[in-house]
Amino acid sequence: MTTRQALRVNPAKTCQPIGAMYAALGINRCLPHSHGSQGCCSYHRSHLTRHYKEPVMASTSSFTEGASVFGGSPNLRQSLKTIFQVYDPDVVAVHTTCLSETIGDDIPTIVKKAADDGIVPEGKWVIHASTPSYVGSHVTGFSNMVKGMASYFTRESSVKHKDQVNILPGYVEPSDMREIKGMVSEMGLKPLVFPDTSDVLDTPKTGEYHMYPRGGITVPDLMKTGSSLHTMALGQFSSLDAASYMDHKANVPFTLVDIPIGVKATDRFLQGIMDATGAEPTGSMLDDRGRLVDMMTDYQHYLYGKKVALWGDPDQVISLAEFLVSMGMKPVYLVTGTPGKVFEKRLTSITSDGNFEPVIAQNQDLFYLHQLIKNEPVDLLMGNTYGKYIARAEDIPFVRYGFPILDRAGHSYFPSVGYRGGMHLLSTIVNTILDRMDRDAPEERFELVL
Amino acid sequence: MSDLKTGPGVDLDEFIEETISIYPAKVAKKRRGHMLVRDGGQEGLNQTINANARSVPGIITQRGCCYAGCKGVVIGPYGDMVHITHGPVGCGFYSWMTRRNLFRPGPDKKNYSQYCFSTDMQEHDIIFGGEKKLKQAIREAYETFRPNAISVHATCPVGLIGDDVAAVAREAEKELGVKVLAFNCEGYKGVSQSAGHHIANNRLFSDVVGTKDQAVEGYSVNVLGEYNIGGDAWEIERVLEKCGIKVAATFSGDGKYETMTYAHMASLNLVMCHRSINYLAEMMETKYGIPWAKVNFIGIRAMSKSLRKIAAFFDDPELTSRIEQVIAEEEKLALDGIAPYRARLEGKTAMLFVGGSRAHHYQDLLRDLGMIPVAAGYEFAHRDDYEGRQALKDIKLDADSRNIEELKVNPDPDRYRPRLSPEKLEQLEKDKVLKSYDGMLPDMPQGTLVVDDISHVELERLILTLKPDLLLSGIKDKYIIEKFGVPSKQLHNYDYSGPFAGYRGAVNFAGEIDMMINNPAWKLVSNPFKRKPLLQAGLGTDQ
Repeated sequence: MTTRQALRVNPAKTCQPIGAMYAALGINRCLPHSHGSQGCCSYHRSHLTRHYKEPVMASTSSFTEGASVFGGSPNLRQSLKTIFQVYDPDVVAVHTTCLSETIGDDIPTIVKKAADDGIVPEGKWVIHASTPSYVGSHVTGFSNMVKGMASYFTRESSVKHKDQVNILPGYVEPSDMREIKGMVSEMGLKPLVFPDTSDVLDTPKTGEYHMYPRGGITVPDLMKTGSSLHTMALGQFSSLDAASYMDHKANVPFTLVDIPIGVKATDRFLQGIMDATGAEPTGSMLDDRGRLVDMMTDYQHYLYGKKVALWGDPDQVISLAEFLVSMGMKPVYLVTGTPGKVFEKRLTSITSDGNFEPVIAQNQDLFYLHQLIKNEPVDLLMGNTYGKYIARAEDIPFVRYGFPILDRAGHSYFPSVGYRGGMHLLSTIVNTILDRMDRDAPEERFELVL
Repeated sequence: MSDLKTGPGVDLDEFIEETISIYPAKVAKKRRGHMLVRDGGQEGLNQTINANARSVPGIITQRGCCYAGCKGVVIGPYGDMVHITHGPVGCGFYSWMTRRNLFRPGPDKKNYSQYCFSTDMQEHDIIFGGEKKLKQAIREAYETFRPNAISVHATCPVGLIGDDVAAVAREAEKELGVKVLAFNCEGYKGVSQSAGHHIANNRLFSDVVGTKDQAVEGYSVNVLGEYNIGGDAWEIERVLEKCGIKVAATFSGDGKYETMTYAHMASLNLVMCHRSINYLAEMMETKYGIPWAKVNFIGIRAMSKSLRKIAAFFDDPELTSRIEQVIAEEEKLALDGIAPYRARLEGKTAMLFVGGSRAHHYQDLLRDLGMIPVAAGYEFAHRDDYEGRQALKDIKLDADSRNIEELKVNPDPDRYRPRLSPEKLEQLEKDKVLKSYDGMLPDMPQGTLVVDDISHVELERLILTLKPDLLLSGIKDKYIIEKFGVPSKQLHNYDYSGPFAGYRGAVNFAGEIDMMINNPAWKLVSNPFKRKPLLQAGLGTDQ
C-alpha cells in the first residue's frame, strides 16, 4: 500500500452544496439557489440530472471577480429580485459555496436586509444553509439543509397530534422516500416527510413540463412539524442534526435509527414508531417481512460467506453492511469518503459477530479501496458508479448502490428501504451473482436451474 | 414574420418582446441585446448581438465556470498527464470523465484519463494556506503514477487565499524533473467557461508548444479545438490520413503531452472550435508562422468543404486529386448511408443551444438530413463567433475580459518559418481559406432566431411557441425539453454515443436523430383516456 498525505485519488465523496441542492428539491415549490460562481450550480445540476435523468432546477448568484473581491451581497439581492419575479417559487433555499464562505458572506443578514427592502414578497420564504465545500461531504450538506428547513419552519406548539410523526428519511432516493411515507401511512399515521423528493425527481412524462412538480413537502406541512408527536430520524450523518434541533426548539422528541435497509434496520424503524405512537405494522407489512426473510433463506447458498467491498455514504453503508451480515455475507472492506468516527464505531459493532476482520475506513478514497482489493480480492462490489473502474480492472461482479449512479437504470424508481425495498435489493444482488456464475461456468457445469 | 413551417403566425420580434417582458426592467434591457431575428434581406451582415457579457444573477443559465473551461474542456483530455485540481473535492469530482473525451494510450501505455486527482482542501488549508499540501500532492502523484506531465488547476478559494500555484509548480518541476503546468483558472474569472479556455491556451502556448524541435514529415496539420467526444477525432484522423495528410497533434482530444511539444513544426493549423482555441492558433501563427484555417468537420458537405480548404493550402495537384477522390468515395457512402433516415427527417425543424461552435457546426449536418434549423445560440461565445472575425475590431475590453491575460507574442527569431509566399498567403486570406471565420449569423436564413446565453424561461417559451421536432442542447436542459414531449440530444456528450464528426459520424448521427424523432415511445406520451372519461362527474366526489 502506498500511503498518501495530500493527494486524493478517486474520491468517495463530493462537496456539500450538491447535497443541500438535493435536499432543497424535496420542498414543494422550492428553487434551490447556489450562492457562488456559476460553475458550482452548473456542476451540481448536471450531476443530479445524470443520476435522476430528470430536470433539476436551481439558480446561481453568478459571481464574477468583482463579487469575489467586494462581497456577494448585491448578487444575492439581484438574484432574489429576479427569481421571485421570473420563477415565482414559494421558497428559495440558498446554500453557500467555498467561494462565498471564504469571503464571508453572511446570508441571513443579506436576506433580512433584502426582505426589509421589499425584495422578498409577502408570504414567500428564503431559507439557507451554510455549506462550504471544504468541510464534510455532500452528506453533510444534505444534513445542513435539512436542519435549515427545521430551523426556518418548525414552530413551537403546545398541541401534539398523536397520529402525526416527522420523518427525516436521510440521503436516499425518491423511491425510498415514497416507500417510507407509504409504510408510515399504512400504519394509520400522518407522516411529515422532509425532504421528500418523490414526485419531484421521478415525475411522469405527459407532454407537459412543470417547473415545480407536485411533490415535496409543502410549507404549511413543514410549519406543522412542531405539533408532531415524535420525529423518526433515519441515519445519523444525514438526519441527527435536524432531529435534535426540533427536539430542542419545539420539544418534539426523536428516535435515531439507521436508514431502514434490510430486515433488522426496518424492524427497528417500525419498533421506534410503535414505541412512540402505539401504531402497529399491518398484516400485509408483516407478510412483506416474511417474504423478504423467505428470499434470504431461499438464496442463501449464493450469498453465504461471500466477501463484499462496500463504499459510499456512511448512513447507507452502515445499514447495507448490517443487511449483508444478516445474510451471512462478509462485507470485508467498508469505505466512506465522508469524515466521521461514528462510521468506524457503528460498523465495528455491526460486523463484530460476523466471523471476519473487516477493514473500516472513513475519509478515504476509491484508490485506497482498489489497493485493498488488489491485495486481497472480494466476490462482489457494492457502491456508486465510480467503482466500475475497479470492477473492470479486477473482473469482479458489481451491484450499483448509492449516489451517484450514472450508468444504470432503476435506482430512483425502485426502493431499497423497508421489507419490499429489501426484496428488490436482494434480487439485484442475487441476480448479479447468478449472471456471473452463468458467464463463468464451463460447459459441463452450465446448469439450467440455479 | 417568419415563413417557417413551425411558426405559422409567429412573429418572432413580438415573441422576443413578450419574452423579455417577464423580466425586471433592467434585466429585460440586458437580455434584449442577446436576441435577434435574422434579417437576411440586406446585403452583407449588418446585425450585431451582445455576447460574452455577465449572466444576470438569479437567471437560470446553461453556463459553467472558468475552471470548467480550463480543466474540464481544454486540459482534461490529455490522458497521459495527471491533472490535479487544487481545491475542495467537488470541482475535481464533477469534471471526472463527464466530458467523454476518449483517449487511446500511446506506446508508453500511460493513461490516467479515468482518474480524479484533488487536493481535497479542508478548512485548515483554507485558513493556513494550501501550498504545502499541493506540493506534497504533486510529489505523491509523480511517485505513484509517473505521468508524462502534471497540471495543477486552481479553484475559487485558492485564488482568494492567495496560494501561488505557479510558484509551487515551478519548484515541483525542478525537484521532480517532470513538466508541471499551473493554471490560475479560478471559477469566478471571466463570465463563463470561455475565460478558462483562454487561460489554458496561454499556458500551453508559453510552456509546452515549441519545446521540442522534432520535424514532422509530409503534409502535416494540427487539429485544434477537437475534443474527441465519442471518438470524433479518430474519424477525422481516418479521413485525413486516407487523403495523405498527417495529424501532428490534436488539441486536445486523445491528446498526448509530447505531440504538443513539436506541434509548431506542422504546416497548418485546422481550427474546429473557434471559441475555445482561436487564441492558440493566432499565437502560433505570430510566433512560428503556421497559418490557420477554420474548418468544420461536422456534416458531409462541411467535411468535404474543409478538406478542399486543406487542398487549397497545400496546392499540390497530386494531393488535391487524392483529396477529391476521397471526397467522392466517402460522400457517396455517407449520402447512401443517410438516405433512409433523410427520407423520414426531411422538413423537420430543430433548435440548437449549445457550446461555442457546435450550435453552428451541427446546422450543416442537420441540413444534410433535410432538417431546418429554426433557432440557435451559444452558451459562452463572443461576438466574433456570431458575427465573424470582422467584429473583433469593435469588441471593447470590459472589466471581466481584462482579467484574462493577453500574451504578447512576437515572431521567434530562429524558428519563425513562413509556410507560404506573402502573395499566396494574401490570396488564400482573400479567398477566406485562411484566417477567416464568418460566424454563425450569415448561415442562418431570414426569419430564424438567435439567442445568446439562453435562459430557462426563454427556452421554455421557445418550445411552446415554435414547437420544434428536435432540440439539441446539454444535460441540464435535456429532460426539461423531453417532458414537453420534444426529443433532445445532448451535443456536449452526444448522449453517450458517437462519433458524429466526418462522413461515418454523419451516418451515425442520422440514425440517432431518426431514432429520437421517430421512436414510437413518444406517441405514448399523451393521455389516452382523455376522449372517454372513466368516471362520470357528480357521484358525490369533488373530482
